[in-house]
Amino acid sequence: MADKPRSPIESGCPDAFQYMHPVMRKNYGQWKYHEHPKPGVLRHVAYSGDEIWTVRCGTQRILDIFTLRTLCDIGDEFADGYIHFTIRSNVEYMVSDEAKVEPLIKAIEDAGFIVGGTKNSVTMISHTQGWLHCDIPGTDASGVVKSMMDELIDEFRENNMPNRVHITTSCCQINCGGQGDIAINVQHTKPPKINHDLVSNVCERPSVVARCPVAAIRPAMVNGKPSLEVDEKKCICCGACFPPCPPMQINDAEHTKLAIWVGGNHSNARGKPTFQKLVAAGIPNNPPRWPEANAIVKSILKAYKEDAKDWERINDWIERIGWPRFFEVTNLPFTKYHVDTWRGARNSLNASTHIRF
Amino acid sequence: MAKKIYETPMLDELENGPWPSFISGIKKLRDEHPDERIQEVTSSLLGQLEHSYETRKGYWKGGTVSVFGYGGGIIPRFSEVGSAFPESKEFHTLRVQPPAGNHYTTAMLRQLGDSWEKWGSGLQTFHGQTGNIMFIGTTTENTQHFFDEINEYGWDLGGAGPCVRTAMSCVGASRCEMSCANEHGIHRLLVNNFTDDVHRPALPYKFKFKVSGCPNDCQNSIERADFAVIGTWRDDMKVDQEEVKAFVATKGRQYVIDNVVTRCPTNALSLNDDDTLAVDNRNCVRCMHCLNVMPKALHPGDDKGVTILIGGKRTLKIGDLMGTVVVPFKKLETEEDYESLVELAEEIIDFWAENGLEHERCGEMIERIGLVNFLEGVDYDLDVDPNMVSHPRQSSYIRMDGWDEEAEKWFERKMEEAAA
Repeated sequence: MADKPRSPIESGCPDAFQYMHPVMRKNYGQWKYHEHPKPGVLRHVAYSGDEIWTVRCGTQRILDIFTLRTLCDIGDEFADGYIHFTIRSNVEYMVSDEAKVEPLIKAIEDAGFIVGGTKNSVTMISHTQGWLHCDIPGTDASGVVKSMMDELIDEFRENNMPNRVHITTSCCQINCGGQGDIAINVQHTKPPKINHDLVSNVCERPSVVARCPVAAIRPAMVNGKPSLEVDEKKCICCGACFPPCPPMQINDAEHTKLAIWVGGNHSNARGKPTFQKLVAAGIPNNPPRWPEANAIVKSILKAYKEDAKDWERINDWIERIGWPRFFEVTNLPFTKYHVDTWRGARNSLNASTHIRF
Repeated sequence: MAKKIYETPMLDELENGPWPSFISGIKKLRDEHPDERIQEVTSSLLGQLEHSYETRKGYWKGGTVSVFGYGGGIIPRFSEVGSAFPESKEFHTLRVQPPAGNHYTTAMLRQLGDSWEKWGSGLQTFHGQTGNIMFIGTTTENTQHFFDEINEYGWDLGGAGPCVRTAMSCVGASRCEMSCANEHGIHRLLVNNFTDDVHRPALPYKFKFKVSGCPNDCQNSIERADFAVIGTWRDDMKVDQEEVKAFVATKGRQYVIDNVVTRCPTNALSLNDDDTLAVDNRNCVRCMHCLNVMPKALHPGDDKGVTILIGGKRTLKIGDLMGTVVVPFKKLETEEDYESLVELAEEIIDFWAENGLEHERCGEMIERIGLVNFLEGVDYDLDVDPNMVSHPRQSSYIRMDGWDEEAEKWFERKMEEAAA
């Protein structure tokens, strides 16, 4: 007879204090200020006078066990045995003594990781699973990020941007990658191709109908079998029907493209948080190095770096110079597809005589 | 039998260049790992990934896999090309909840890595976009073994599917001077109150808690959380005028005027002739910009609390939505304060579970029924407040039969506040 299954311990989210650097634990809620001595290094000072030095580094994010152990070895030998991960999957080592900082940086770099990602840098691109593990991906996030970070590595290491730059990628239009100063997202350009033989077996048809944002899907009998049909004129090619109904294949080697969006900003600093806006589309989904998408991202970064004032995030910069100038300085075409048609679209139209010449 | 090595010309390209390569890491598992099982799985994985690169398509499909007692937390992946790449034909991910704030000891990371090496592919990510540790790639059978092992030493699965999801909190009070809240405490208090809803998906759709210690909102909670808790303060910000003078002396008056004073969104700052800073605190909206520029001189006030915004989410289905202010300010000091925060979360989830449509996020439900119906429907004292809107109604198409009573409520509330 099989063993009785083990009941789970529903412990939920673990307490962080047991894994926290003792200086951080001791000064919890008692930090006074921080400084940024150099790229990749932060110095936080507590009211008690204690200090914690942080060294941040970028990795490949998909960590094999050898790499994870290397990161731990560095932590044990040079960094008091503690590791913190940022929201963008950067690794942070904390030490309580300034003298440990330089040997730590050397150990990180000798192991092939990249110190940086703080303040006015292009920090690690936040990314999703892609072809490596997702069930609905139009592209591979890890590969896009690797090829892009190869080209942006100096911007990760240095602080040459007007403010911090958060880049995100998403492998479908659900946009798990979230909002970014620059977002590289899949944009499908053709309606799904339906395998009618499979729909009735695989898909819960009413759920699929309900999932469509524009009510373009309806039940239908095709070749004597219950299936679904798509009004291709209404279809916005978003791919929302594909996850609940895989026979509605949306990914396509040629017609799945990339689009680039800018100006997403989560912070409330200066202005309220903003969502990203479409600036470029129709970009080939071109593995293994995605050169076309890379080139556009780099041209946007170049224009931003040259033209933005200190502390302007990309959305602040565009707010100041205006969209006509943005398209001018980035040499990107402005098309009818940039004019919004979704709910609330009218609020995005210019109802004034504020015109840029 | 020796493992099959697949040609991977496209993936090989991703071994070039200075940034650390995930392909090199997977190949190292294939070529150097002592366990043949891991060698074979990762070799097969590389074969399938190369196939994706060549054909520009993904080949994973979902399914149903869970551990005993739970309905979620595993992302099942079965290969559609499993006959060509058989060793990785089952390649599920386990979502494991990280400690609040993502703090680890190397000893704990090693222990988790050892367990995963024993039962999985040896590939992991800290962390996925929802905030989970992603242990990527194992068989249906081994998901149970791996979970049993790590569950015994304190780790639990996160959410997947229509359920309360793994929460996130910033580094916050553990290292940041901007922190206005006990982020890690709030994070755990909220999500661990809902472990049943994390592990047994039965809600209309996903529900996410994210906690940021200040309005810089490093956890992107307004844009990405159904329930965003953001630290703030309501008394005057603290100004160390000597540090202001020192900053002006170092950076110059023009820098301070151009980068601090004129960037204030409500014109609440002025640089005095003696290089001290005047702050109009009544008009400060706690945007954080000046504190970010002058972290030694300017600090949050002492009367700290949180702002709560409800309904943020990404694109599906009706488009991106930001969270909406539902509680402009809430003190979190006493046990009762924290209990009432949990109660608010419970009541909101209850109302949404009752009224949300299938696959409808909380913010989409609010969009459909209107904010006022939401405030009145949730069984919690949520009074309308001008801080909830960018501006009052513009449309005159509204019946206002109850105007007098509503106006009276407002004045009563104001009197109570004045008396308090």
